[in-house]
Amino acid sequence: MAIDTSRAETGYVHPSAAALKRRRIRLGDTLFRLALQFCLFVAFAFLASLIIYVLIAGWNRLDLRLVTNMPSGLASRADESGLQSALTGTLWVITLTALMCLPTGIAAAIYLEEYADNTRWYNRFLELNIQNLAGVPSIVFGILGLGIIARVFGLGFTIITAAIVLSLLVLPVVIIATREALRAVPPSIRLGSYALGATKWQTVRRQVLPAATSGTATGAILALSRAIGEAAPLILLGAVTFVRFNPEGISSRYTVLPIAIFNLIKSPQAELQELASAGIVLLLIILLLMNSIAIVIRNRAGKIR
Amino acid sequence: MSETTTIAPPDLDRRSGVKITARQEQSTPASDRNGGVDPIIELQDVDIYYGSYRAVRGVSIPIERREITAMIGPSGCGKSTLLRSLNRMNDLIIGARVTGRITFHGQDLYEAGVDPIEVRRRIGMVFQQPNPFPKSIYDNISYGPKVTGMKVSNMDDLVEEALTGAALWGEVKDKLKTSALALSGGQQQRLCIARTIAVKPEVILMDEPCSALDPIATAKIEDLMAQLTKQYTIVIVTHNMQQAARVSDKTAFLTAEVDKDGQRHGVLIEFDDTNKIFSAPSNELTEAYISGRFG
Repeated sequence: MAIDTSRAETGYVHPSAAALKRRRIRLGDTLFRLALQFCLFVAFAFLASLIIYVLIAGWNRLDLRLVTNMPSGLASRADESGLQSALTGTLWVITLTALMCLPTGIAAAIYLEEYADNTRWYNRFLELNIQNLAGVPSIVFGILGLGIIARVFGLGFTIITAAIVLSLLVLPVVIIATREALRAVPPSIRLGSYALGATKWQTVRRQVLPAATSGTATGAILALSRAIGEAAPLILLGAVTFVRFNPEGISSRYTVLPIAIFNLIKSPQAELQELASAGIVLLLIILLLMNSIAIVIRNRAGKIR
Repeated sequence: MSETTTIAPPDLDRRSGVKITARQEQSTPASDRNGGVDPIIELQDVDIYYGSYRAVRGVSIPIERREITAMIGPSGCGKSTLLRSLNRMNDLIIGARVTGRITFHGQDLYEAGVDPIEVRRRIGMVFQQPNPFPKSIYDNISYGPKVTGMKVSNMDDLVEEALTGAALWGEVKDKLKTSALALSGGQQQRLCIARTIAVKPEVILMDEPCSALDPIATAKIEDLMAQLTKQYTIVIVTHNMQQAARVSDKTAFLTAEVDKDGQRHGVLIEFDDTNKIFSAPSNELTEAYISGRFG
């Protein structure tokens, strides 16, 4: 009887079919949607205004001289000044950082995700501390680098010191992102591989890692993007503000773009402030290039080999 | 086991480099089929634990060579656990442990020194959800032979042979280099079977291989299983009693029993010829289950 909903039983009258067409305004829905769009707008507008501002401010200096000329020490030649030494310094440091932190970080992530027994307290302890490490201010890494790598290891204020410290700084980011990527690989793929008689290493190497390539590449680029923009730890590590030569090797003195930009902005001369804006654009271009590399890797990984 | 002197001593050591094909070529006398004298795998009083929890208690079953043995029973009765213990896939679950004896050609699979990797090369497995690798059809098949270091003179021939063996060759022969993930569910499952037979195992374990498939794909897999018994021994776990009745030679009926502490353990109720289980079961629980009154 409860099933019978006829008019006589319940007194309920179903609305007419025409009611389906009545225009309704659902306030909650609309407001929520607007709020979401507003948040997106804030983030995007800020980025866009930043980019537009530096483009306008640095427009006069955005030509090849930016990368072919060295910084000039003479105030009278400020408009001839370029950022070549900072650009080469940044490329040296970031390449070495990538060479050191990516293999280490990916290997550590493979261990934690595929080999470590997560029911053991020491592995959970490790995991927690890697996450803590990701939140340590970069200046602290600079102090550590100064005390241990530059002084105790005697590597001095060189490119290799900077690269080691930046590697340590972004290592947690690489590890965390790679672990996420590995965790996203369905367990059924691993089981399928084991069931064919593959060893653990074969399974990781030939099934899990290829399937995680895209996430790993994203994490790697995020990490390197952070490293390339760091100035704080390098101030302590002898990235000198005024360098008129390109690095010749890993034990060379150096400067990097963020430090050079910081130095130029402090300068009273309008020409040098313009140069700072042009330097920011240069840094953004490098970041964009790095991101496009990640996109290429992702697209190639998405295709079936 | 004592009469089976033609069988080479099992050698599951990693270093031995056993010629698997040589053993498979030894034909089994026709009389052995359904004769019940030549079990390839024997479970003797097997208990399986996850940590301190006993999931399966006291199961003894002989698995006959080149037959299909079905394991049926309600959910949670330990069928899949039992199946996974036969090729040591349970080793991958932390805390899983087997007591009793599971022998393969007389060799205790859980004896110290037995290499689980080698066990899995000889006893393959097909899973409930088709799980092709995110690679091409060709690479799905060639992966197993490559990682197991099989001596393959012509990989193309092996791929064709495996796909033909799994009744998939005709459907995919023109698109071997395309993604396996583009295949339908039923084709993916047959690809998983092809991938398994490419490493030339002796036994294929199937864990509800058709439960994610439609009836047409299911019928194809069932036909395929019948074909495969010419060369392989199959153990299948299924929820589908009609399937067990259709395809299997022997059936094991398991159920979950609740002990005085309220813990559930899988136990074997009855093991017999499939015909007998489905026509004249000797245990009333079996009878109730197959007639749909329980489970």
